[in-house]
Amino acid sequence: MKKIIELKNIRKSYDDTVVLDNINLDIYDNEFITLLGPSGCGKTTTLRLIGGFETADSGDIIFMGENINDVPPYKRNVNTVFQRYALFPHLNVFENVAFSLREKKRPEAEIQEKVTEMLSMVALSGFEKRSVNSLSGGQQQRVAIARALINQPKVLLLDEPLAALDLKLRKDMQQELKKIQKATGITFVFVTHDQEEALSMSDTVVVMSEGRIQQIGTPVDIYNEPENAFVADFIGESNILDGVMMQDKRVLFSGHVFDCLDSGFGRREQVDVVVRPEDVDIVPVERGMLCGVVTSVTFLGVHYEIIVDINGFKWMIQTTDFCDVDEHIGLYIEPDAIHVMKKSEYSGMYGDYSSFSNELDELSDAEMEPEE
Amino acid sequence: MNKKSNSLVQRITLLPYSVWATLFILVPLAFVAYYAFTDSDFNFTMDNVMRFFTATSMVDDGETVREVHTYLLIFGRSLKLAVISTAICLVMGYPLAYIMARSKDRTQKIMVTLIMIPMWMNFLIRTYAWMTILQDTGILNGILGMLGLGKLSIIGTEAAVVIGMVYDYFPYMVVPIYSVMAKMDVRLLEAARDLGCPGISVLRRVVWPLSLPGVISGITMVLIPSVSTFYISQKLGNGKFYLIGDAIEGQYVANNLHFAAAIAFILMVILLVCMALMRKLANRKLIVA
Repeated sequence: MKKIIELKNIRKSYDDTVVLDNINLDIYDNEFITLLGPSGCGKTTTLRLIGGFETADSGDIIFMGENINDVPPYKRNVNTVFQRYALFPHLNVFENVAFSLREKKRPEAEIQEKVTEMLSMVALSGFEKRSVNSLSGGQQQRVAIARALINQPKVLLLDEPLAALDLKLRKDMQQELKKIQKATGITFVFVTHDQEEALSMSDTVVVMSEGRIQQIGTPVDIYNEPENAFVADFIGESNILDGVMMQDKRVLFSGHVFDCLDSGFGRREQVDVVVRPEDVDIVPVERGMLCGVVTSVTFLGVHYEIIVDINGFKWMIQTTDFCDVDEHIGLYIEPDAIHVMKKSEYSGMYGDYSSFSNELDELSDAEMEPEE
Repeated sequence: MNKKSNSLVQRITLLPYSVWATLFILVPLAFVAYYAFTDSDFNFTMDNVMRFFTATSMVDDGETVREVHTYLLIFGRSLKLAVISTAICLVMGYPLAYIMARSKDRTQKIMVTLIMIPMWMNFLIRTYAWMTILQDTGILNGILGMLGLGKLSIIGTEAAVVIGMVYDYFPYMVVPIYSVMAKMDVRLLEAARDLGCPGISVLRRVVWPLSLPGVISGITMVLIPSVSTFYISQKLGNGKFYLIGDAIEGQYVANNLHFAAAIAFILMVILLVCMALMRKLANRKLIVA
């Protein structure tokens, strides 16, 4: 695959705060790549650097083999779908989409044709004369996409484009964006703090935290083989435990030695162990590798989410079998359900599920990103 | 609290303003209209209004003596000076407002204060200050003389009157434009650059159309007081440029209330029509493209 954008040793700070700390990233032609991370992780700044709205303190941005550090935004073959769309309120739908063609002084017939084509692609035919303020959030979103794509840029940058939409609409738009990307063959660089969105849409996910890239990989890799405790915690639910590598394919945690598939660690090396809640089987106490007491049960439709106290560590387990609170159960974990990670600066930062609450989780999800 | 009591509270809180507006805006306006269309015995008449359009006088411009429509001539002169002043305010004020709106918060506050400070001084004092600056023996000529650049004779010219008006009304142009621009979403400017616009194009295609409401109120707030100003022309124009405001004042001082009211009334109608036309024009431009 052909590299289309390369970020090399990018550093950026505002006043004394480091926003990007040595970012190295290759973006390939025709891929859907997502920058994922909590607010303040530097994902939006990275996007704005590619768009040309920020300049790095040091490092290089290479676009199709050329250094574009000093190329202004209007000369870059890159377009952006802005957070909250940034549609021009003084122009109607047609003129918003036609904006960049008018700048290039294209002939009227070509403008008519292309705008009509773009609007039909985003299913907004017939909305030409409407004021953008009279459109719903989803429709404004489509206008923003049509406006950015009409120039056929090499790369489309999308800055949390779905954050302002409600859940149902967001799911639809995810599908649609993916479809548009496939149809146009344009590289999409997508920024989001929603890990589900990132996993479901992307070819490549870039997990960022505190101005650094934590992991780059396919959604499956990121989920199954997280690089460190941060990635494991941020993507999906995980039980993260302190462990010790006994030898290749043998790891000790929670007072039990488990078979696993990981090797290449030092003998007696301290490690972090990840077990996903859906990978734990519930068995009778006598057959369990670990035993504990159920402390809470939440019905979530597809499955139950239960919290189990094992020697003071609260595990989260997702199961379709009902267990009652205070029930003693055994846990059985297959070797391929265990993922061993090297210790990192994030080790120990993510505790167990003792303070877990669904409600809190949703609250923090709903928060809009303030600045960045 | 139900809706009805809510609107009652609203009405009560609005009451003082309604009384104030009626007493000091509507009633005086009604009086102006009443006086404009009545004679000294308060019988209905169109004479005052007709006099504005028909009164003539002889003008001696040194070579020939011409007969002119007195008040139409004065009104034309007022309008010309007001339009020139407004245009200068706009040309100087617009870039300033743009720079202010794009500055840091602290700088913005300082600049707004600096622009407002002259307005804390009395209007008469400001005008007198300009007299001492512009006089033939004034500060400006003093400085020019020291630099060996000769002297300018400004006082008593139209230029002096325009300088006075621009100085007095400049803040009324800058502040409305600034407040519209300060609220403008920066992302819109970024979007324009993203879509291929170099700086000039961003200004022409996004900033200017979006700032039009501020420009319109700026023009309104400068043009109207400039047209009807009377004191500046007397002091800085050495009385040579009799403006419509001076005419109203003159008729009023001469106890000719009915004709003074008629001039004021006509001026008001003309300005209202002008502003309505301008707003309509700007609105159309704002919506279509």
